Amino acid sequence: MKPTNPLLQVRNLAKHYGRRIGCEQVSFDLYPGEVLCIAGESGSGKSTLLNTLAFQLRPDAGQVIYDLKDRGATDLATLSDAALRELWRTDWGFVRQNPRDGLRMRVSAGANIGERLMAVGSRHYGSIREVALDWLQRVEIDATRLDDAPTSFSGGMQQRLQIARNLVTHPRLVFMDEPTAGLDVSVQARFLDLLRGLAAELHIAVILVTHDLAVARLLAHRLIVMKDGRIVESGLTDQLLDDPQHPYTQLLVSSVLAA
Amino acid sequence: MHMTHTTQIKVDALTKAFTLHTQGGVRIPVLEAISFEVAAGECVVLDGPSGAGKSTLLRCLYANYLAASGSILVRDAATGAMRDIVRATPQQIIELRRTTISYVSQFLRVIPRVSSLDIVAEPLLALGEDRSVARDKAAALLAQLNLPERLWQLPPATFSGGEQQRINIARGFIAARPIMLLDEPTASLDAINRAVVIDLIRQRCAAGTAIVGIFHDAEVRDAVATRRLAIQPVTALAA
Repeated sequence: MKPTNPLLQVRNLAKHYGRRIGCEQVSFDLYPGEVLCIAGESGSGKSTLLNTLAFQLRPDAGQVIYDLKDRGATDLATLSDAALRELWRTDWGFVRQNPRDGLRMRVSAGANIGERLMAVGSRHYGSIREVALDWLQRVEIDATRLDDAPTSFSGGMQQRLQIARNLVTHPRLVFMDEPTAGLDVSVQARFLDLLRGLAAELHIAVILVTHDLAVARLLAHRLIVMKDGRIVESGLTDQLLDDPQHPYTQLLVSSVLAA
Repeated sequence: MHMTHTTQIKVDALTKAFTLHTQGGVRIPVLEAISFEVAAGECVVLDGPSGAGKSTLLRCLYANYLAASGSILVRDAATGAMRDIVRATPQQIIELRRTTISYVSQFLRVIPRVSSLDIVAEPLLALGEDRSVARDKAAALLAQLNLPERLWQLPPATFSGGEQQRINIARGFIAARPIMLLDEPTASLDAINRAVVIDLIRQRCAAGTAIVGIFHDAEVRDAVATRRLAIQPVTALAA
């Protein structure tokens, strides 16, 4: 309705492992501030798709076009490795399922946050520390933990630290791969509520991979359901969950206790 | 925007069936060629036996269910133009729900950790209202619906059915939207709170809101309806 341009345009994307399909024929647009969930069972290709969208895996076919801040819509295949790395550490964020893949476990929480800030040009130690402290509190981690390494944090705190580390540079797009899969249910709610609030407040687009339809219901504007590497159904989250059209989506929705 | 008699909803030949692929592909027809219009200031009450498809119709009007065929035009509050929600994109539907259509179901979908006051205030915040103004308005509505003040700061997960329903109603009424869809909003309320809801509905109607509702309770039906619409069960068309 608003005449905004898509942030991300995906066209016929495919990734193969030898003759095995990772994902194929994937096309969609993502708009600024939209939360999109990619749901499916293990082996459906959803994590492969996420990594291919982010160009951390090179696609075998198709295009990913991103609305770069300084150049507008750009085919990511035309970017140099250096330009891609720059995009990953500034305008994009990554929250991993395993905190060890998304955090530097041996340096302090403050340094984990500060590192991303320095990537966008902050040099003043005092102000970096101040911003890091502010973000620690925004993700509900006690300020006294600023100088502690994440190895001493609980799983829930580590995931919240990943959020702080990523959002500190005000990215416009954040990729998340099963961020709540390793968390207890009680801790999940806190993480999801925090994420929901911050994404809306900061107008961040999120692509989140999950096998948990309740997570999709709570967070996502739109939902994509994948099976065997392909999209079987996509649409408005509540419509897709309450009135699924595709046989596989119906099976998926009817197989969970409550979503 | 506030002209009365303006058509706000125009449903044309709406058909809805469910195909249950997990049950051998059986097709269950629920709505067959439904057509009607609702003007600003009307409260159209859906009549029909249980299972006739009244809730299904409301869910189609909210785009929570996907119509099989036909069209559902609603007047977009942002542009004044009629828009077909059967063919709208997810982004357009989200925008219509923010500005144009509000829906009160029987059950509250609880968001973990969010207080009752903030759940009620959310639709106003989404329209850009100031947080303290939205909270004040939410508090006033919850007080009007006799929800004890000690509950306002708590998430409603542990509340009774009637308490949750009043939060749901307050959330549905806080932002003035030109179209309201009400699915048994008074089902678990006592007489005093039923009367409050009747008042709220009548006020909205008088202010020009187009309302489509389902009310099990005859007293509520008679008090709010400006028109009845009979929904007949679709019989024996399945094959």
